[in-house]
Amino acid sequence: MAQEMVKGAEALLRVFREENVDVFFGYPGGSVIPIYDALYDAEDIHGVLPRHEQGAAHAADGYARVTGKVGVCMATSGPGACNLVTGLATAYMDSIPIVAITGQVKTHLVGTDSFQEADVTGITIPITKHNYLIKDPHEIERFPDILREAFYLAKHGRPGPVLVDVPFDVSAGDVPWAERNIEALDGYEEPPVADSADIDRAADMIEAAERPVLMIGGGVVHSEASEEIIQLAEKTNIHVVHTLMAKGCFPESHELSMGMPGMHGMAYASYAIQHSDLLIVIGARFDDRITGDLERFAPDASVIHIDIDAAEIDKVRPATVGIQADAKAATRELIQAVSAREPGAWEEHLREIKKKHPLRYSDNDELMAPQFVVEKLYEVTGGKAIITTEVGQNQMWAAQYYPLEEPRKWCTSGGLGTMGYGHPAAIGAQVGRPDEIVVDIAGDGSIQMCMQELTTGTVEKLPYKIIILNNSFLGMVRQWQDMFFDKRYSGVDLTGNPDFVKLAEAHGAVGLRCGDRDKVVETLERAMEVDDVPVVVDFAVAKEENVFPMIPAGKSWDELIEAPVSDE
Amino acid sequence: MMMEMERTISVLVKNRPRVLARIAGLFARRGFNIDSLAVSTTEDEAVSRMTVATTADPPTLAQIAKQVSKLHDVVQVIDHTNHKVVERELCLIKVHIDRSERPELISLCDVFRGDIVDIGNGSVMVQLVGDKDKIDAFVHVMQDYEIEEMVRSGKIVLDRGSSK
Repeated sequence: MAQEMVKGAEALLRVFREENVDVFFGYPGGSVIPIYDALYDAEDIHGVLPRHEQGAAHAADGYARVTGKVGVCMATSGPGACNLVTGLATAYMDSIPIVAITGQVKTHLVGTDSFQEADVTGITIPITKHNYLIKDPHEIERFPDILREAFYLAKHGRPGPVLVDVPFDVSAGDVPWAERNIEALDGYEEPPVADSADIDRAADMIEAAERPVLMIGGGVVHSEASEEIIQLAEKTNIHVVHTLMAKGCFPESHELSMGMPGMHGMAYASYAIQHSDLLIVIGARFDDRITGDLERFAPDASVIHIDIDAAEIDKVRPATVGIQADAKAATRELIQAVSAREPGAWEEHLREIKKKHPLRYSDNDELMAPQFVVEKLYEVTGGKAIITTEVGQNQMWAAQYYPLEEPRKWCTSGGLGTMGYGHPAAIGAQVGRPDEIVVDIAGDGSIQMCMQELTTGTVEKLPYKIIILNNSFLGMVRQWQDMFFDKRYSGVDLTGNPDFVKLAEAHGAVGLRCGDRDKVVETLERAMEVDDVPVVVDFAVAKEENVFPMIPAGKSWDELIEAPVSDE
Repeated sequence: MMMEMERTISVLVKNRPRVLARIAGLFARRGFNIDSLAVSTTEDEAVSRMTVATTADPPTLAQIAKQVSKLHDVVQVIDHTNHKVVERELCLIKVHIDRSERPELISLCDVFRGDIVDIGNGSVMVQLVGDKDKIDAFVHVMQDYEIEEMVRSGKIVLDRGSSK
């Protein structure tokens, strides 16, 4: 029987359907016209049209984070594909599964500096898990399987972005269709399984420890291991700290939650790590924002390190026991292997420390404190919103003052620290979970980086909210200049910001403004009532508020700076 | 301080476009040294073999091996540290020499088991095969002459004994 031939673009849509892709974020251009032509008839696949390709990548990322599915973005060759780069790097650093489809010039023009040609596979090697250029005959013949491989690689093992570069003549031309057989795919592998001897050793270490602490990271989100983490913590009465990536994986209201440690983490979370004799680290990678000075980080702690990526074990902090495994599976085994443990003096001590060092801020400026706005947002939304953030002070205040109780409600660019991420991520999040309240906690600097996506939100009728903590500064840089550069505020003054309310209205969104403490709740409530377009709320906040606690970069726990005590 | 020393790994990779760029880029990005590199076909036409000599301490080498292993196109990484190996490099060296000096050069080549592969007016090209130390020693001796040009291949390595 002759093999069925289909158009490349049709093969792409068929694989989309196999992978349950009913929505993607893409921007057309010359090289992807054949794909958009096929989409014209595909009523079951909705293309969200961002106003910049960077928005497409971040939206796919936000969609992936809140749904657990692979996010899909698309762009044309050359400039379109190059504009995805920041979004792919963001997703790569945070291990977010994305498949990016880029158009490419015709195969015979590749390498000739043709119009809108860029070496996109070359450019994205270091910021993708893998990438493909469909150019040679053996690649064109395998096109459907390469697409399946892309989805498989994106979500299996340690997730990450995968890019497939598709020349015009491949999507417009015929390719052989092949039936789906995932296990026959190149790169298919069974997930690594924890060595039971290592699990037993880890259990013994937990039972012998006097001052254990459990640290969870983004791997717990990806493997959906929150329930298991809660069981492990409760069985052993071990306090839990979460990295920025794992926010919500362990309920922050739980009595065993010690919050986020690190540069702007809770003082008590960093304290707990620093004085522990055993760190059980699951799906986290000892980022420098957590460790500070590595030489002085948790000096007395043995380390049990569970990660699906073998390269993370011993990369930064050597593990006493390193276990390459899926977080959920390994945690389950650990729960089985470990004996129940009663809380002791250490746990009692941590409870006291937690009480003694709460987050605090002063609200004695003429303008209200930004933390106050986030607290009110928490109240008005009942703590139930999906939160996306930009990067900088807004991100840290969101992490500190909007505690979460469940995973996949938190989209933040943790590893790369990408300003401009939060708004398109909110679009992706709202598309992925239309019935949830989605709020981008933004600064007046970051929000201007992907402002144009308000049109996308309006056109798609997405009622997400953007809360701008507007201090007319690039606040985090200003804070460093304040604390470490003699208040030499260089390049951070944003006086001359646009009128965000008018800007929102110009995009067809709702714009609100609030500079009065007493009107914050009322304003937020009005924002929540809008259900068909985005809402931008411009909050005028104290210009020179700093984020505390702070462990300055490269320093250690004993140099932690707590918020100054209010003079009120 | 753990010992930084030259170590050799072999990376078996799927024979695909850009695979060299992926490996070289990974070394560059993560700040790993490449002291020498040889890439060739193998007994399996779908697989290429890269022999990478790098200067690293044991934890760094372990990290290199793990990072390289993660690349989709990598089939296997072999760390030859503490293995019994056969290691070879190829060196071609062209020295400027007049006729009267040839006998001396030929006898030196004999000592090192090098081959004269080209003789021109005023120059002789020698080919030498051996491990790095042997080639270093020969190049050192050749510095008594005027070296016109020299090229060395990256080292290639196989473990001794059956690999089955």
